[in-house]
Amino acid sequence: MMSENNESKDYLVRVNGMSVYFPISMGIIRKRVIGNIKAVDGVSFAIRQGETLGLVGESGCGKTTTGRAILQLQRPTGGEVFFGETNLTRLEEKDIRPLRREMQMIFQDPFSSLNPRMSVGEIIGDPIKMHNLAANNRECRDQVQELMRIVGLNPGAIDWFPHEFSGGQRQRVGVARALSVKPKFIVCDEPVSALDVSIQAQIINLLEDLQAEFNLTYLFIAHDLAVVRHISDRIAVMYLGDIVEIATRSELYRNPAHPYTRALLAAVPIPDPVVEAQRVHTLLQGEVPSPLRPPGGCKFHPRCPMADSPVCANEPPALTRLKGTEHWVSCHKAG
Amino acid sequence: MSESEKPALATTESLETRRISQVGMKALVRTLLKHKLSRLGLTCICLLILMAIFAPVLAPYHPNDQDLYNVLKGPSKEHWLGTDNVGRDLLSRILYGARVSMTVATFATLGAIMIGAFFGLLAGFKGGVIDSIIMRTTDTFMVFPGLIFILMMAAALGPGMKNVVIAIILFGWTGAARIIRGQVLAVREEPYVEAAKASGASEWRIMFKYVLPNSIAPMIVVTALAMGAAVGMEAGAAFLGIGVQPPTPSWGRELRTGYSYLERVPLFSIAPGALITLAILSFTLVGDGLRDALDPRIRGEGKKIK
Amino acid sequence: MTPLLEVKNLKTQFLTDDGLVTAVDGISYNLFEGETLGLVGESGCGKSVSALSLINLIPNPPGKVVGGEVFFEGRDLLKLTDNEVRAVRGDKIAMIFQEPMTSLNPVLTIGYQIGEPLEVHRGATREEALRESVNLLAKVQISEGQTRVKSYPHLFSGGMRQRVMIAMGLACNPRMIIADEPTTALDVTIQAQLLELMKGLTREFGTSLIIITHNLGVVARYADRVNVMYAGRIVEKGPARDIYADPRHPYTIGLMASVPRLDQDTKVKLIPIDGQPPDLLHIPSGCSFHPRCKYAVERCRFDRPELTVVSENHEAACWVDVRK
Repeated sequence: MMSENNESKDYLVRVNGMSVYFPISMGIIRKRVIGNIKAVDGVSFAIRQGETLGLVGESGCGKTTTGRAILQLQRPTGGEVFFGETNLTRLEEKDIRPLRREMQMIFQDPFSSLNPRMSVGEIIGDPIKMHNLAANNRECRDQVQELMRIVGLNPGAIDWFPHEFSGGQRQRVGVARALSVKPKFIVCDEPVSALDVSIQAQIINLLEDLQAEFNLTYLFIAHDLAVVRHISDRIAVMYLGDIVEIATRSELYRNPAHPYTRALLAAVPIPDPVVEAQRVHTLLQGEVPSPLRPPGGCKFHPRCPMADSPVCANEPPALTRLKGTEHWVSCHKAG
Repeated sequence: MSESEKPALATTESLETRRISQVGMKALVRTLLKHKLSRLGLTCICLLILMAIFAPVLAPYHPNDQDLYNVLKGPSKEHWLGTDNVGRDLLSRILYGARVSMTVATFATLGAIMIGAFFGLLAGFKGGVIDSIIMRTTDTFMVFPGLIFILMMAAALGPGMKNVVIAIILFGWTGAARIIRGQVLAVREEPYVEAAKASGASEWRIMFKYVLPNSIAPMIVVTALAMGAAVGMEAGAAFLGIGVQPPTPSWGRELRTGYSYLERVPLFSIAPGALITLAILSFTLVGDGLRDALDPRIRGEGKKIK
Repeated sequence: MTPLLEVKNLKTQFLTDDGLVTAVDGISYNLFEGETLGLVGESGCGKSVSALSLINLIPNPPGKVVGGEVFFEGRDLLKLTDNEVRAVRGDKIAMIFQEPMTSLNPVLTIGYQIGEPLEVHRGATREEALRESVNLLAKVQISEGQTRVKSYPHLFSGGMRQRVMIAMGLACNPRMIIADEPTTALDVTIQAQLLELMKGLTREFGTSLIIITHNLGVVARYADRVNVMYAGRIVEKGPARDIYADPRHPYTIGLMASVPRLDQDTKVKLIPIDGQPPDLLHIPSGCSFHPRCKYAVERCRFDRPELTVVSENHEAACWVDVRK
């Protein structure tokens, strides 16, 4: 896939065949590795500067692990991750640390992603101090208050502690913290899933506004397809560690090529009874298989309504481009 | 965006979780003072501390002033608690004895906790070989029961207050290390720790700024109980003849000396014994009170009201 | 036609360390046989508490149902003794909870737990209950029921456990099922399976269903009527189609505008509701929604609106006509 679209200058983040395997070991005295959980099983994609790539999938698909692996919070077991021209996978943690300034993360749980022992001013300001972006404490404090203003928090609350804020406000603190070092790239790991519906919209709008103002690049990870479609330019769908489809958001919605994507779209209810009454509710049968023992061949084939040929059961499909489009599918039956 | 109003406290989201770390110092003290027993314990400790600090002012006599004409006398107007076998005023000796007990208790406990916390933090955070080495070391130290260990240390280091403190520290650090390590193992999985790493924090920064402050909560209870234990150990050491040497007054030593004169002047033993008991009991009550103050919050964690 | 369930002015309070919280502040609604009612609202609105209040599941302390009447099959459930309510629970009224991971007893077999309501309420023997459990597993589309009944919950995934919960709920053929956020913890494809299953079963047996959720899409797909709750009160109620096509309460309007829709033009910007959910210890005076309301007028600040009819079967509690 990479060899076809090699304008590496356009792409801020490039992921090549990245895999993250978690070994399963047995034994007390001498631990033997008896197998692997292939949380991420060789994924490749690229994100352009200023773009939002949505990463969507259900539990166990590996989307969160992918996000963490790109940032090297979880070191990949295989493949490469390029940030700009730098190959992150070859670097050691101490060399990655200064680069973290440019690639940040927003976490899912507003309740546990903030250090309860630090004031929000300290939480937001600590990264500034880590990277020496302020000359002294006064300057750091000024920067923090400005950041709080930008994300919609009252700068007067700079010395308050996280437990004194609501969930939505805490999430804004998380956003401010990510923004404090002026990064280029932010991995948003389910940033609104833990919030009330009416607050989700506030944070989504905030993220969009910030992206426009600071030319940020996002990897937006979520399980809510409606949210992902709203904020993303392109969307990648994951299933059991593989990317099964990548397309622009409109293309994905209008012409979903992979049976799993179609099932996912059909399963998302639309808040409109009239529309819903007219929709065909095709259900996906069965459950997601255990990542310990994924099916052979195409991992989706046991649940796939279209898997009728032996190739589906024996050969894993490769991510191939649908002719003449920016639409990639991993299915023997598509195209 | 109109979040310019003061953030609302006690929204239903914050009714959900009340973690230990969110219980402020003020709330803690307030809850402590609510219960009679812990209030009693706290009061006694304060009195003992005052006793220790103001001993020179409070004591009617210098504790080492011998009066060989008034040996082993019972309570009287001049000597409220009587005299010991060389005519020293028992009351003064008891008051000064508080100095030794409180000092040893404080420094030994603090020392044990600081050293234990450091190693517990290191072991829990780094894991792997470092964890194994530290844990096996604690195992080795923990083989010996308390007083035996102290005796061994006394034999090795010699007598004296400083050495008692060192001995208690060497005994006590293992407990602190284990407790802190347990907390660290849990805390280091918390998202905010990973967030710090994602921001670019170095390991030491994460350890001391993010992990440690959130791991010491259970130590609050343990510290109170440990101080009581330290008082007991110091007294025990003194009773056995090691630790603080004469003529410095120590409750344990007085207890021991008075033991020989139990029939004649029972107060000689009972007074220091009572105070040792009082001190240990008070610390224990405060420790229990602290545990209760923190506990409902722990138990209340995760309960949602929708 | 008399309703199966009539809730009148239900009020539930909690005594917390920080003061008295009125979680449910006088709500009234009806549920008819065979219909599905959606109870919609965000966290803290009181929807779950109101459901627990119906069948005496509010822990006391710190909570208490302090007022109102709940008529079910002609009897006021709130006036029954604990034992009488227990006889109704699991038999005539079943409840499915949100967390499938923790709602099942880990040390009892699935078969035992599904069959338990039958033993308790119908006097069935262990063997009879077990046989029925196998049947029920088939109804909730769990295959190999004979072997499955002997397994323990930890072997089941979240989606399957929720099916087991549904099977338990159906054991005594209840007239009403209360499902409290039944799919919130599950994947969307599993959610679809389970909701279709529940809907199918309710259609087959004529069971009434109350779905408690914050997901507007789920309600649109499955509910016949909807109650929208905010800060312990119902602010709008009516047929699902009317509520979605013609919302009359600013909160409902705000919710609809702030939720991204899979079928909408992606250039449409979300319109969030300003501010945050109310602090139940300090509920705003007048209309509890007024600080966040775009339509608020002076009256809203001190005069609390009651539900008034705005169109056929459709009520909203608001002073302002939002159509203008």
